[in-house]
Amino acid sequence: MKTDSGTLLTLASFFAVLSLFAIGGGNSAVPEMHRFSVDVQHWLTDRQFADTFALAQLAPGPNLIIVALIGYHVAGVAGALVAMLAMCGPTSVFAFFVGRASERFKGSFWHGALSRGLVPVTLGLTAASAIVIATTADYGWLAAGITLGTALTAYFVRVHPLWAFAVAALLGLSGLV
Amino acid sequence: MSSAPIPDSTEPPAQKPPSSPAPTLWELFAAFATISLSGFGGVLAWSRRMMVEERRWLTPEQFNETYALCAFLPGGNILNFSVIFGSRFRGAAGALVAVAGLMGPPLLLIMIVGALYAHYGDLPAVRRMLTGVASAAAGLMMATVAKMARPLFRDSSVIRPAIALVTFVAIGLLHWPLPLVLAVIVPVSIGIAWVRV
Repeated sequence: MKTDSGTLLTLASFFAVLSLFAIGGGNSAVPEMHRFSVDVQHWLTDRQFADTFALAQLAPGPNLIIVALIGYHVAGVAGALVAMLAMCGPTSVFAFFVGRASERFKGSFWHGALSRGLVPVTLGLTAASAIVIATTADYGWLAAGITLGTALTAYFVRVHPLWAFAVAALLGLSGLV
Repeated sequence: MSSAPIPDSTEPPAQKPPSSPAPTLWELFAAFATISLSGFGGVLAWSRRMMVEERRWLTPEQFNETYALCAFLPGGNILNFSVIFGSRFRGAAGALVAVAGLMGPPLLLIMIVGALYAHYGDLPAVRRMLTGVASAAAGLMMATVAKMARPLFRDSSVIRPAIALVTFVAIGLLHWPLPLVLAVIVPVSIGIAWVRV
């Protein structure tokens, strides 16, 4: 784990660009994080990526904290800070200026078309995240069962994520996954 | 506390909190740190509870409007919310402090988690538990997708489900780069929504 400036620069530029394409929340960018950090850069294995995602879900805080965990894995504390700053900085500056001007956006026609147009794309991205995580985790029949069982339960009743994670962790610990 | 009626004819209503005084910088930091650390798997519900119900810094309408704006901006929704909320009350310093409150404490925690994982990540028990959690998280996302998809399929048109499906196949199955896919699909989708509104 050496923190040469080339790696930090790669982290910074990747996450800065990615943040601008992260529409509909942090989870929609998960497939792209996987593609780049596993397939392109070989920073993590499939299993490590699935673990990283699971840890970020377990930890309190916004979903995009996964970015700091990837950065930490690649380049320690410096990597975590650089990745997080790159992911949050540009979009925060953008939000700051849009927020100041937001009165002008209210109820405008193109705002309606914009959000209507983005909903199906966000939906497709979230579905892609689910399939990428499901297929990168070390898979066995019980893991597939946990995914399906959680999906069905959460669709029909309100489930607190922590309860789902606790049950799944215990099932995993039982050694059948 | 104050019983004197506040004259409200001169100020725009969006600038004025419903009944509480504007939060100080420290209150902004503490509020977003609390929201961040108590919000497992989704901080929206927590932020609404604090901003609207407990502290009364926003009316329900103001909250919905601000949140809708944040959801369509690039970047994390709650991150954008902290920036806009902080800047409304305390300008650039308020935005910075709100973001620091939102991201600072979880960032410290996640680095501890990262260090622990570097040491213990290869233990079979840890690996099995994390595989279980990742599987459950994938399941939760599938349920979210199914719920989000319902209003889409209520339309008679197949265009919006088709756009969702194309995005899913390109990103989830073919693993194409996100910027390339979005550069094509977003203008197409917005264009269709524009024409059909």
